[in-house]
Amino acid sequence: MSSPSVPAFCWRLLRRQLILAIRRPIEIGNPLLFFAMVVSLFPLGLGPAPTQLAQFAPGILWIVALLSNLLTSDAVFRGDFDDGSLEQLLLAPQPLYLSVLAYILAHWLVTGFLLALVSPVFALMVNLPAQAIPALVAALMLGTGVLSLVGGIGAALTVGLKRGGMLVSLLVLPLYMPVLIFGAAAVNAAAIGTPAGPYLAILGAMLSLAIALGPLAIAAGLRISVDA
Amino acid sequence: MTAAAVAGETLLAVESLSLERGGRQLFDGLSFLVQPGHLIQVQGANGAGKTSLMRILAGLSRHGFEGSVKRTAELLYLGHHSAVKGLLSPRENLAWHPSGAEQYSDSAIEQALANVGLYGYEDVPSHALSAGQHRRVNLARLHLSSAAIWLLDEPFTAIDTEGVASLETVLQGHLERGGAVILSSHQVLNISYRVHLLSLQEGLL
Repeated sequence: MSSPSVPAFCWRLLRRQLILAIRRPIEIGNPLLFFAMVVSLFPLGLGPAPTQLAQFAPGILWIVALLSNLLTSDAVFRGDFDDGSLEQLLLAPQPLYLSVLAYILAHWLVTGFLLALVSPVFALMVNLPAQAIPALVAALMLGTGVLSLVGGIGAALTVGLKRGGMLVSLLVLPLYMPVLIFGAAAVNAAAIGTPAGPYLAILGAMLSLAIALGPLAIAAGLRISVDA
Repeated sequence: MTAAAVAGETLLAVESLSLERGGRQLFDGLSFLVQPGHLIQVQGANGAGKTSLMRILAGLSRHGFEGSVKRTAELLYLGHHSAVKGLLSPRENLAWHPSGAEQYSDSAIEQALANVGLYGYEDVPSHALSAGQHRRVNLARLHLSSAAIWLLDEPFTAIDTEGVASLETVLQGHLERGGAVILSSHQVLNISYRVHLLSLQEGLL
């Protein structure tokens, strides 16, 4: 009996999830495409005046990032639930807490992380001051991590339902709010030349809390969904 | 044999298991012991609660029933769903299986796939395989697993006669090595080994 060590198993799961994502590139592209489309609609709707756009830019970028995360979050466990992989994962001797963390990390890498990487391009589209771009990337990196974890809770609880999409949104949107508020505030602060550090620190604290408690809730949610 | 010796040998102990679903008592006070070399076939009509029992034994259902299940050995559970990812090849499906089993060598996986008649399909995307071949990828886990208890829910579904015969050989080998098998099937097993029939109403027959 030589079950793989916990890190080896998590690494295996992470690699599996990433390869599954890469073999379905449309799933990676969708949230980015959604982000690009909505951001490019704002100059048309709000008028192309650069100063006005710059004023709304932090809020626009964060709201769209949040929505594009919401689009993908209910699919984290869906495929595995449908084909029975999730049952097998629950029976694994390794702690579910860490397995779940590997799933969420894979989800974050192909959604939030990529989004944060390409966000400077979209920031220029809505005329965000260049000095705020590092804060935007940092805030998105931290914030989307929280979003993925919180979204994972909603996904775990609704994975057994046939039409869980809207329910996920209702469940997790209230928990997304603090991230939106502090994320946008960090970018705003950097845009007007004040330090973004405090806001980033709060986002970091939220991320720590989400990493500590999120997987517990996700693991419990998955057990309930598979049990039902 | 003393009681302690019996307890030491018991792989799975089920005690007064009762389950009610939708106002129907599926089973009531079901008790049995599973010991090394036991082959137990769960019988019952459709909807009698065979899958529910399997899920309780596996530990997937943890609420809504009475009684206790104590397990002392590692478990391999094959459920209704094959847990085979269409986007991964059979080799990757086995190597990265989420069940947390050990890391198998490439040659072991190739051998297991050859044993279930999937030689030459190791690196084909699984979505190009038929339903029966999906089941066979899943059954290849039996050739790799070192778990003592095999819990097989309808393992013969979508498997051709040749596959059924080879599966029966695998089961026999596992039993002779001191493993235990609990399976649900409507099929009569063609196996030269003592089959304990388990009726959901009356317990072990």
